[in-house]
Amino acid sequence: MNEIVIKQNLAPNVWLMGIYSPQVAKKAKPGQFVILRVTENGERIPLTIADFDNEKGIVYIIFQVVGKTTSLLSQLNPGDRIIDFVGPLGMPYEHSPEDKDYLFIAGGLGIPAIFSKVKMLHSEGKNIDIIIGGRSKENIFFEDELKKYCNNLYISTNDGSYGKKGFVTDILKELLESGRRYDEIFAVGPVPMMKAVVDITKRFSIKTLVSLNPIMVDGTGMCGGCRVKIGNEVKFACVDGPIFNGFEVDFDGLMKRNSYYQDVENISYKEHKCKIGLGE
Amino acid sequence: MQNWIGGVEKLDVLKRVPIKEQEPIERIHNFDEVCLGYTPDEAAREAQRCLECKNAPCVKGCPVEVKIPEFIRLIKEKKFKESYLKILETNLLPAICGRVCPQETQCEQNCVRGIKGEPIAIGKLERFVADWFRQNCEFEFSKPQPNGRKVAIIGSGPAGLSCASSLAKMGYEVTIFEAFHKLGGVLYYGIPEFRLPKEVVEWEIENLKKMGVEFRTNMIFGKTFDLEDLKQEGFDAVFISSGAGLPNFLNIEGELLNGIYSANEFLTRINLMKAYKFPEYDTPIKLGKKVGVIGGGNVAMDAARVARRLGSDVYILYRRTEAEMPARKEEIMHAKEEGIKIVELVSPVRFIGDESGHVRALELVKMKLSDPDSSGRRSVKPVDGSNFVFEADNFIVAIGQSPNPLVKKAIPDLELNPNGSIKVDENLMTNIEGVFAGGDIVTGAATVILAMGMGKKAAESIDRYLNAKKHENL
Ligand SMILES: Cc1cc2nc3c(=O)[nH]c(=O)nc-3n(C[C@H](O)[C@H](O)[C@H](O)COP(=O)(O)OP(=O)(O)OC[C@H]3O[C@@H](n4cnc5c(N)ncnc54)[C@H](O)[C@@H]3O)c2cc1C
Ligand SMILES: Cc1cc2nc3c(=O)[nH]c(=O)nc-3n(C[C@H](O)[C@H](O)[C@H](O)COP(=O)(O)OP(=O)(O)OC[C@H]3O[C@@H](n4cnc5c(N)ncnc54)[C@H](O)[C@@H]3O)c2cc1C
Ligand code: SF4
Ligand code: FES
Repeated sequence: MNEIVIKQNLAPNVWLMGIYSPQVAKKAKPGQFVILRVTENGERIPLTIADFDNEKGIVYIIFQVVGKTTSLLSQLNPGDRIIDFVGPLGMPYEHSPEDKDYLFIAGGLGIPAIFSKVKMLHSEGKNIDIIIGGRSKENIFFEDELKKYCNNLYISTNDGSYGKKGFVTDILKELLESGRRYDEIFAVGPVPMMKAVVDITKRFSIKTLVSLNPIMVDGTGMCGGCRVKIGNEVKFACVDGPIFNGFEVDFDGLMKRNSYYQDVENISYKEHKCKIGLGE
Repeated sequence: MQNWIGGVEKLDVLKRVPIKEQEPIERIHNFDEVCLGYTPDEAAREAQRCLECKNAPCVKGCPVEVKIPEFIRLIKEKKFKESYLKILETNLLPAICGRVCPQETQCEQNCVRGIKGEPIAIGKLERFVADWFRQNCEFEFSKPQPNGRKVAIIGSGPAGLSCASSLAKMGYEVTIFEAFHKLGGVLYYGIPEFRLPKEVVEWEIENLKKMGVEFRTNMIFGKTFDLEDLKQEGFDAVFISSGAGLPNFLNIEGELLNGIYSANEFLTRINLMKAYKFPEYDTPIKLGKKVGVIGGGNVAMDAARVARRLGSDVYILYRRTEAEMPARKEEIMHAKEEGIKIVELVSPVRFIGDESGHVRALELVKMKLSDPDSSGRRSVKPVDGSNFVFEADNFIVAIGQSPNPLVKKAIPDLELNPNGSIKVDENLMTNIEGVFAGGDIVTGAATVILAMGMGKKAAESIDRYLNAKKHENL
């Protein structure tokens, strides 16, 4: 159980792992996530279920090394076990059968959150466009995998080293301004990116969903650490979300809450780096 | 024995044998247990005070009817092992109950000695024999003949543990499914180490394993598995004891500001994730110089005392007065000894934050107590125009928990009470046949001993139900 069966490097500091967890694979639906712990002294961190194979009992995650836990995880190899791996958590991404045209936007580490849904909608014969973006050419991954399941794949890089120079929102604006319309848009990425997407899609009144990434502890609705403001209500992202109507999300509040532990996380990561000899 | 009384050291029968505790000045710098417990001699001396009353009113005050005079007599005789086994006849977790039960409103409230002097320290004696046994004896259990039936238990808190133990004794094959990576429910993630050392909880759970109970962690009912999965795995009945883990918030302005924790989040980070040992442990906690804790129950006391140990100046902000606080008297006393200040008769109005989204203060309104109503309870109401601002770096909201809604989502047909708790009949069976429930998920946030009592009762009901079903099939 929880054995790593596949490990691949997708981009600098970005890894894909396949984990043997038949119980999670069996119940997983697109949009859901897991919580895992890597060591006995470790923290619980949420990661999206990027894909799952019910028959083989494998759950796929894609993660970026940003701090101590993701760094420890990246040092594990096929054959190693993850001590705690619990899920699937959160509400699945539900879509209405009538909708035909979808646009998916993934900035940074947004791809895991869109991938399994894209596959599902593709198998139902929907029209799918995708925009992905990264800082630079080397940060773009999964291009070929996504192409298999969509009509158009648009790519942007901030420095213009690949695809269109600029942000995913530049491509979005162009598409909508040229008259392209969608029944539903799903955007996942850094909070400022999701906020920028919603600012644009609001003008065109296109239903827009986002997947939020507040700080979580238990992931089962027991602590309220993940609380976010949606419209006039306070919701727990781990049980009511993580997917919400983008027009209702208080992005500024979320950004502030996510920055709360930044300084102490740095302490933990620095100490960890010193110990494994990377130093600074 | 006899020479204890009238012997070298005269026993004042009206007064309790004092118990050693860590000094407040010392203990606010550590998470070690505050109460150090009786020595064998001290315990035997305290036991001498018991009158061994025939009608034993103390027993009537105990929700699981521990045979109090009997176990105390065995302490007098220094037969500590026998004493432990006597308690075990009706109470599965004496080391835990002896520490966390509100004895002052249960057994000790009824103690005849309490009429003129101080009641017998029943809780401390219970705790003593359990600790003595843990340190000196090996837990033995001769497994009964398996009866071939399987029961699934959801949640490893006191209700689930007690149900599991009763069923195991009857020969059932029992599996406990727990959402977290650690076992014990509130005993693990809620009640702090300085009140209930985790090694005590772990020891009790090890004993259950010896009885053949199987534990599966990281299993969330309603997410990882559901009733259908349990049926397929061949379980004959289910006991739901998932507790009241949903934190209530005040629903006032500013509650999403940084620096405001629910007590659940704060205590989970501390107890389950050991954030007080950061960065040795990876989970962080951030607390400033001055902390306000909102509430007056056990949870508020625990949160306040943890915050104190992290070095903060702590204020408990409570709507009523200290006299009405639902927390155990002992905990309120300990909190005060540790320098925690209680601000009475205040109610939160709104949180006030700064530019960066961090909380800076809480606006409070003063409250006024009314005369007691027919039930003897005094209500409070705000005093117009008495609003004032209380500045602090952090606030912890400890105003209660509600039943976890995950279970209802997993069983849409399950009947609930208006407050979200699970509806059960007199046998603790829900409206779904073969599915029983007990503990906080049925009563709302209550006590360890009540949860345990319900676990035991459910085990008996499950046994009756399955026996009847067997006969039907014949
Ligand atoms: C529902 C959900 C799904 C997620 N899915 C993925 C995924 O599929 N792939 C992936 O790479 N990441 C995902 N994340 C983010 C991931 O959980 C964090 O990157 C991870 O917790 C960082 O842990 P760490 O110990 O390595 O870093 P830490 O030391 O904890 O943090 C490093 C830095 O990241 C920031 N950070 C910490 N937690 C979060 C968070 N939840 N969101 C944004 N920033 C954070 C910190 O402020 C800090 O600056 C998801 C988050 C949520 C809530
Ligand atoms: C901080 C604090 C201090 C307290 N102090 C005292 C005290 O001093 N004395 C006293 O008598 N009482 C005290 N209480 C109350 C007491 O702890 C509870 O009444 C008691 O623990 C209830 O037991 P339970 O078994 O019903 O639930 P819990 O102890 O809450 O256990 C429920 C378990 O179920 C698990 N669970 C929940 N949902 C699921 C799911 N979907 N699938 C699988 N598992 C699930 C939870 O993770 C948990 O482990 C305190 C409570 C708190 C929070
Ligand atoms: S009521 Fe008090 S004195 Fe009497 S048996 Fe119980 S503990 Fe002993
Ligand atoms: S992470 Fe604790 S309630 Fe969502």
